Amino acid sequence: MSAVPLPASQADVPPAGSWTALRAVFVRDLRVALRRRADTGAALVFFVIVVSLFPLGVGPQLDLLRQMGPGVVWVAALLASMLSMGRLFADDHADGTLEQMLLSPTPLALLVLAKTAAHWLSSGLLLVLISPLLALQFDLGQEAAGVLFVSLLLGTPLLSLFGAIGAALTVGLRGAGVLLSLLVLPLCAPVLIFGAGAVESSIAGLGVAAHFSLLGAMLALALFLAPLAAAAALRISIE
Amino acid sequence: MSAVLECRNLGCMRGRRSLFRGLGLKLLPGQLLRVTGPNGAGKTSLLRMLCGLLAPAEGQILWQGQPLRTVREDFHRQLIYLGHAAALKDDLSPLENLQVSLRLGGQSPDAAAARQALAEAGLHGRESVPSRILSQGQRRRAALARLRLGDAALWVLDEPFNALDTAATAWLLGLVEGQLRRGGAVVLTSHQSVALDASLPQVSLAL
Repeated sequence: MSAVPLPASQADVPPAGSWTALRAVFVRDLRVALRRRADTGAALVFFVIVVSLFPLGVGPQLDLLRQMGPGVVWVAALLASMLSMGRLFADDHADGTLEQMLLSPTPLALLVLAKTAAHWLSSGLLLVLISPLLALQFDLGQEAAGVLFVSLLLGTPLLSLFGAIGAALTVGLRGAGVLLSLLVLPLCAPVLIFGAGAVESSIAGLGVAAHFSLLGAMLALALFLAPLAAAAALRISIE
Repeated sequence: MSAVLECRNLGCMRGRRSLFRGLGLKLLPGQLLRVTGPNGAGKTSLLRMLCGLLAPAEGQILWQGQPLRTVREDFHRQLIYLGHAAALKDDLSPLENLQVSLRLGGQSPDAAAARQALAEAGLHGRESVPSRILSQGQRRRAALARLRLGDAALWVLDEPFNALDTAATAWLLGLVEGQLRRGGAVVLTSHQSVALDASLPQVSLAL
């Protein structure tokens, strides 16, 4: 029986590398996000509504609005990204595709990174793109709005990466959404401080280089470490 | 002949309850292992352990003589596991689902072969509809179509005959027999008594 060469067709079909698997997961998640626009759009609408409530509540006091604008937009972005984060692995867990990812020869951390990237593109990036419009409500100038845009561009991927760790830890748990926020929101405090701080110091006429450098450094570190942590958490959660 | 998969003194705990312990088995190439037992006996847990999804409470699992953890990547390239859930994304078509799962498994499928496999699974004309509208049996067929492609040395199938009609059951039996004849090993659980060609080597394990 062992005389039968088992990998019969492996000679003519080369095994696909990690890159193929990564791209497959990335494209799949983007496709699912595109086909479930209601879910994808919900976080964006939530973000717009929460940010818009503040000028309505505070009234037309421009000085006050200008002062609180960056913080409000950032806090709303934080909450909006938590809203969609819970489903990052929960859906895959429910339909069984998560197990298939765990059984892939491709390192799980890379697959997690691909998933997180797709998730950011379909949620975080939308928040970034709409933020200049929302900045108008707080009478932020062109420069401050630009700084807000860049700070969110650097910061929202961080929120997605931190969120991925929380989502991996809470996958399959009841009440995962609340637990996820409790776990992840404190982790996100530094991102919030430097993100909103960048806009404030730009308004105050100080440089923003330090804030952006710190956000960039955190992003570089998280890009490397968060997928590893999330992958380890997934293996534990799935047992 | 050397075993593809070997368990030594395997034990399983769920919560504080011990489901089984001291389990030893050797699976040879071309051999079928059928795991039977009442609900809650630990069939699924055993299968998940064999795949490396669940760490054994005690004992060791060897893949071609090597501990599973040390050869994970190679092992998973040689493994197809189909669990209770069909592993289909509701919003994607069976064809898209099949291609993703093949790529995740380390293969690079061409669309024609994937279509052919789905047609053989009885999903001709339904390759491109959202999986959401498929029936339970059709979902299972879509998941099983993956067995038709690739040449994994080990199939681990958890209740593969569930929800299948007689035609699909016969088709799946044919696939399993083909895998065994080619020298691949199969582990499956099943409540139904499935009539496999008696000349093929098969062992039963009652938990």
